[in-house]
Amino acid sequence: MTKQVQQLDRVIIRFAGDSGDGMQLTGDRFTAETAQFGNDLSTLPNFPAEIRAPAGTLPGVSSFQLHFADHDILTPGDAPNVLVAMNPAALKANLGDLPRGADIIANTDEFTKRNLQKVGYDGNPLEDDSLAEWRVHSVPLTSLTVRALEGFEISKKDAERAKNMFALGLLSWLYHRPTEATVAFLEAKFAKKPDIAKANIAAFQAGWNYGETTESFSVSYEIKPATLPPGVYRNISGNQALAYGLIAASVQSGLPLFLGSYPITPASDILHELSKHKRFGVRTFQAEDEIAGVGAALGAAFGGALGVTTTSGPGVALKAETVGLAVTTELPLIVVDVQRAGPSTGMPTKTEQTDLLMALYGRNGESPVPVVAPATPSDCFDAAIEAARIALRYRTPVMLLSDGYLANGSEPWRVPEIDDLPDISVEFTTEPNGDGGAYLPFKRDPQTLARPWAVPGTAGLEHRIGGIEKADGTGNISYDPDNHDKMVRLRQAKIDGIEVPDLDVDDPDGDARVLVLGWGSTYGPIAAAVRRVRKAGGKVAQAHLRHLNPLPANTGDVLGSYDKVLLPEINLGQLALLLRARFLVDVIGYNRVRGLPFKAEELAAVIQDVIDSD
Amino acid sequence: MTSTESLNGKGLALVPRTDTAQTLKDFKSDQEVRWCPGCGDYAILAAVQSFLPELGLRRENIVFVSGIGCSSRFPYYLNTYGFHSIHGRAPAIATGLASSRPDLSVWVITGDGDALSIGGNHLIHALRRNVNLNILLFNNRIYGLTKGQYSPTSEVGKITKSTPMGSLDKPFNPISLALGAEAGFVARTIDSDRKHLQSVLREAAAHRGTSLVEIYQNCNIFNDNAFEALKDPATRDDITVKLEHGRPIVFGTGDNEKAVRLSPYGGVEVVRRSEVADSEILVHDAHNPDPSLAFALSRLDDPAFEHVPIGIFRSIDRPAYDQLMREQMEAATADKGKGDLRDLLLAGDTWRIG
Ligand code: SF4
Repeated sequence: MTKQVQQLDRVIIRFAGDSGDGMQLTGDRFTAETAQFGNDLSTLPNFPAEIRAPAGTLPGVSSFQLHFADHDILTPGDAPNVLVAMNPAALKANLGDLPRGADIIANTDEFTKRNLQKVGYDGNPLEDDSLAEWRVHSVPLTSLTVRALEGFEISKKDAERAKNMFALGLLSWLYHRPTEATVAFLEAKFAKKPDIAKANIAAFQAGWNYGETTESFSVSYEIKPATLPPGVYRNISGNQALAYGLIAASVQSGLPLFLGSYPITPASDILHELSKHKRFGVRTFQAEDEIAGVGAALGAAFGGALGVTTTSGPGVALKAETVGLAVTTELPLIVVDVQRAGPSTGMPTKTEQTDLLMALYGRNGESPVPVVAPATPSDCFDAAIEAARIALRYRTPVMLLSDGYLANGSEPWRVPEIDDLPDISVEFTTEPNGDGGAYLPFKRDPQTLARPWAVPGTAGLEHRIGGIEKADGTGNISYDPDNHDKMVRLRQAKIDGIEVPDLDVDDPDGDARVLVLGWGSTYGPIAAAVRRVRKAGGKVAQAHLRHLNPLPANTGDVLGSYDKVLLPEINLGQLALLLRARFLVDVIGYNRVRGLPFKAEELAAVIQDVIDSD
Repeated sequence: MTSTESLNGKGLALVPRTDTAQTLKDFKSDQEVRWCPGCGDYAILAAVQSFLPELGLRRENIVFVSGIGCSSRFPYYLNTYGFHSIHGRAPAIATGLASSRPDLSVWVITGDGDALSIGGNHLIHALRRNVNLNILLFNNRIYGLTKGQYSPTSEVGKITKSTPMGSLDKPFNPISLALGAEAGFVARTIDSDRKHLQSVLREAAAHRGTSLVEIYQNCNIFNDNAFEALKDPATRDDITVKLEHGRPIVFGTGDNEKAVRLSPYGGVEVVRRSEVADSEILVHDAHNPDPSLAFALSRLDDPAFEHVPIGIFRSIDRPAYDQLMREQMEAATADKGKGDLRDLLLAGDTWRIG
């Protein structure tokens, strides 16, 4: 039987199962195959909050969504076209997101009476007509896998565990994915357990063969490679890109990287990644707490290192006093906040943009800090270098605001040429800068207002700095009222004067009256929504802020040149508040704080509403 | 010297030395010293300033880091590099500095409130990691800078502004705490005994790793004479237990001569010298890898102030944190060569378009 092959321009698949079912690994592998095939893609993992929630329950469901296409895409997709449900819980937890007509591939072996009851199903939805709206493919994944692995020297449990590879094989057949890399991956992953490696490869191949022979799949699909700008590509997640960006910043600045960090979701992967790269002179220090993490980073910066601390919102709250110390001692420091749902512990595995005001203002005293926010997972690389550039050039702590969506999401990344990376090298001060050979640690560069940076070990420039107010120039302790007023203003002027690129506006015809503005991780959904609106004939301009402090010099002009400015944020309007105050523009907020990224469809409707309303 | 060679006992081996003779004056900054007249901090400052030249280090390679409190003003008065940081965090800040700069001699100046209350966590973790730091803990058993509240080393029942009916909490014994954290170098000395103070500093500087030196410091404004019994010629010799490595632990004079021996309950006890045979007297072994006996000795002053051990409780060698960090970096580099950014970015699955 030759099967029909259908052409598609894009597909969204969601793998869902119990957290022990290996769905993240399955998703990662499918992503790697897809990247290699040359589709553009975007991914969104969704982890349960509990490490090992009871098996088969709704809180234990883990999923991985992948959007891939023959053209460039901007988001992991709103709604899946295909749901792989490894058990009833996975079906129940994800069914609400499935549009009518979507495919469901369900592992019938797990749809036992007990498992169904666990999640409140009275009957078996695969057997009654409750799923009539969808195309259901019932596949006994577990028993097919076990049967395929008969004769292998492995336990029944290990055989059952290979069912995710069977599913991966089936999906790989269904979408014509290349398989060599997955075979190589399994060989490497289980190099020390060759029996397990062989079994997993066999399960993977059995899944592929099943697709080819079974009658429940009559059609397979082809999605042509996307045409992207020429170059060498790899797939990269936000946290990995951020870690690489920090290493690149270290190389490009000529300063050794020192990371002081305390484990916290969803930032820990940056610590994990950096700890692998000691060959680059990277020191990673897992501190006793968040405060020690930033303290050690600041101490290293005092000694001439590129000091970095990585955390999430609760950690930023704890680090605030030390960041203030960095502000007043005017030492370079990078504080990475991978934002998550708050307040307090909130929802650690869910995303939000709710730390903007804390990043800007969450310290005692007048304590200005530059803020940079990456727009996409791969942009975390460039944003990290930009944060380092500002920190080093202006001798200031910088907040880098990533979030859970960027951190764990991934996309293809055109690997930059090293020669194209910015030179952010610094020169330490080695000579006295005052009268009679004196060293004035707070005598500023007239252009940048940055103070000199003389590191311990430099003869003749011995000096003391600290958290107490300093006399302008000498840095000696000073309680003089006028000096304090002057220092407060100087520190503010330095940050206000940081050179940042102008805000670009994308308005193809130049006649839009509505501007949709965003910052941080909302870039993808906003851009996808803007595309939809334009496709439907709507006129809308788009601009995205990467620098939240200082804002680009033309921000006010851009905002002022549209009748309406729409600002979607995953918070209750934090940037909107600032823009209204600063530019007296009646920004229209669109705010949802559900721990999830916006959907393109949702935003397209909001934009259209704003265009249509008077 | 490469880091893989043993640096044990060579606290300053990686810090550049000077050929120029130094004097106390070289270490005085131009800042006016502003402690209360009569404060014990003056004596410690003078002792440190006159001790530093003897190390023969390049002045620019010495850094003093402090937290908050009266003692934490210390760095401003020394003409070295200095960082007056925030309350309790000096060990954390110094950890970042010392682990990335083995060419520096890093000193932490802290007090009982700074080190044991707000910064207690950083202190114990610096000790267990064995970061290459010398921590001088000025213990005056009171909060001075905030004007006289009880501190975590104040005796139970202390009447202060915040405890008009007496404090309720049992104090920390800083030596016991440090030994509990398995610090490699733990000592106690007194502000008024310059000779002893400097001898302890000398050993602390020579120790590679964290050395914790508790310095009994008199706050004559809020807790005057807290250590008077150790200073008063009438009492001092009878209560000061001077610990010296390799020497039997005896103290007191004449009829009051006493000795320390193992107690049947697993600790140590003080007995009349005349009542024990020489062989029973405990010989102090600061290099014992097991901290249990040092801990037992640290309990002698607790709870009453009847006999107070001073000197070096423990001095053992183990690799310092920065050294271990460097060894990992060197091992990783030896294994795969120095990092190359291009290779890093292109590692894993890549594909070419166009
Ligand atoms: S308050 Fe006490 S510790 Fe502080 S400076 Fe005055 S005497 Fe010294």
